[in-house]
Amino acid sequence: MAIQQYNKKIKYVILAPAVLFLVALTLLPLLNLVLVSFNQVSWSSGRSTWRFVGFANYLKMGADSLLGAGVRNTAVLVVVATSVQVALGLGLALMCSALGRRSRLYRALFLLPILVPGIIIGAIWKLMYSPQFGVINQIIGLLGFDPVEWLGSPATALGAVIVVDIWHWTPFTFLLLLAAVESLPVDVAEAAKIDGASTWQEFRHVTLPMLMPAIAATAAFRAITASKVFDEIFLLTAGGPGTSTEVISYTIYQRMFVQDNAGYGAAISVALIFAVALIIVVMLTRRTREAA
Amino acid sequence: MTMRDLRSRRGRRDVLLHAMLIVAAISTLGPFVWIALAAFKTQIDLMMGRVLFVPTLMNFEELLFEATSTYAVNFRNSLFVASTSTLIVMVIAFLAGYSLFRMNWPRWVVNVFLAWALVFNLIPPITLASAWYELFRTVQLENAFVAIVLSHTTLHLPMALFLLSSFLRAVPREIEDAAYVDGAPIIVMLRRIVLPLVLPGVISTAILVFIFSWNEFPVALALTSNLTATVPVSISKLSQFNEIKYTQMAAASILSAIPALLALLFGQRYIVRGLTAGAVK
Repeated sequence: MAIQQYNKKIKYVILAPAVLFLVALTLLPLLNLVLVSFNQVSWSSGRSTWRFVGFANYLKMGADSLLGAGVRNTAVLVVVATSVQVALGLGLALMCSALGRRSRLYRALFLLPILVPGIIIGAIWKLMYSPQFGVINQIIGLLGFDPVEWLGSPATALGAVIVVDIWHWTPFTFLLLLAAVESLPVDVAEAAKIDGASTWQEFRHVTLPMLMPAIAATAAFRAITASKVFDEIFLLTAGGPGTSTEVISYTIYQRMFVQDNAGYGAAISVALIFAVALIIVVMLTRRTREAA
Repeated sequence: MTMRDLRSRRGRRDVLLHAMLIVAAISTLGPFVWIALAAFKTQIDLMMGRVLFVPTLMNFEELLFEATSTYAVNFRNSLFVASTSTLIVMVIAFLAGYSLFRMNWPRWVVNVFLAWALVFNLIPPITLASAWYELFRTVQLENAFVAIVLSHTTLHLPMALFLLSSFLRAVPREIEDAAYVDGAPIIVMLRRIVLPLVLPGVISTAILVFIFSWNEFPVALALTSNLTATVPVSISKLSQFNEIKYTQMAAASILSAIPALLALLFGQRYIVRGLTAGAVK
């Protein structure tokens, strides 16, 4: 048939540019990154000198206290921020869904933080947290408390950063969970009501179990993006004070770009990509086993 | 329970819901309002925490027109980088998507491209930034526009392919077949028939790609110099000066949120569709 002849050549031609980007700007740089990670690379006047060091860069990682702090803080941030965001997002989604079309304005407002650059979110909160003139200290001052160095003291810095992340991304979990809530079948909830279930019982035994897959998906998605946090940290604390807000992405940035230690920075990157790939493989095999 | 009781119970419930949602809306908007006010304050008004103040445009004037400020250049750079990379992404993704999802590729080929999107979703952009930085440094292009445009294109191409896939798959076969039989060249067929059919998908994808490129920070930080820096990079630099001009930083923040506000005003429906599709599937 004519259609089939048509397809044969043209389907390669129109896919080619995407393949070019996949090969030249994804696989090639990643391969290069792996090569770099086995070398000590030094740059002078635009030329690089490579010295092969085997696994030395990888072995260094275990003793790197900055990286250790980065991994710990990232884990804390991911767990705390994700759980709070999912809980708040679910609450807001249920409330908006109950109001139906009368919640349109809220739905629009809640989108705003998702669309604004992360750096701006950082800038806004840096000003709000400022010990001299930040609005947060002004408010607690009115209540009679002393000003707090929110970002400057190790006791509060990580918590302050987590608050920013919660503020920034709760709208996103709200958006995803709202889509899930609105696609729930109405008749089941109605049946529960006719059977005399209270609002809480209906939520606990009918709505929540039906939402569980969406909640799990939202939590997983958010945990992934939270683990990549960089912009806000860069602006708010630069990992400090000390290492109290150091996160993995920021460690890579410091090793690679600030200290210009390309080999070691590449090694952390490759190890991280490898860890992520491992998680994907485990998840996919578990899913196919469940499906089988 | 009479109808009246039911209605008043409903009414009370709605008042409660509105009250809670208004609190949430205020917490969402509050920081934006505060920073917007700060942008129109003098440094002294901000320091004193004055609620009542005479608004001034000084911060915007200094930011945009003072010789020492690069913000106007940064803004132009961001516009240039975001629009060129969005254009390239959309053309390549539309063509590739049509080929992948409509032209009988073996399953594994399609999966390779979807896995590309998945991997980019999972790994931190800073690892990609370091990979691109090393690559472009060897050809001494690490601070040229070509590096940041190509990197942003690569960064968002897999996502665009993924977002377009469901729209392209939904195009009815018969319509294309009719065009084939008419003997229309493929480009004409794609432009006249397929593109109009998937236009909502193309628009929502393009809006998101533009916003993501506009907002992107780590890759831009790694691959730009003072001359090519984008808005997020310039704002991050503002915060690193010894004497931070906070009110200017506020003004810069407000200006940089313009694309987000425009998208929210005119493309909200598209954004919601794109964001939820990208995550849930």
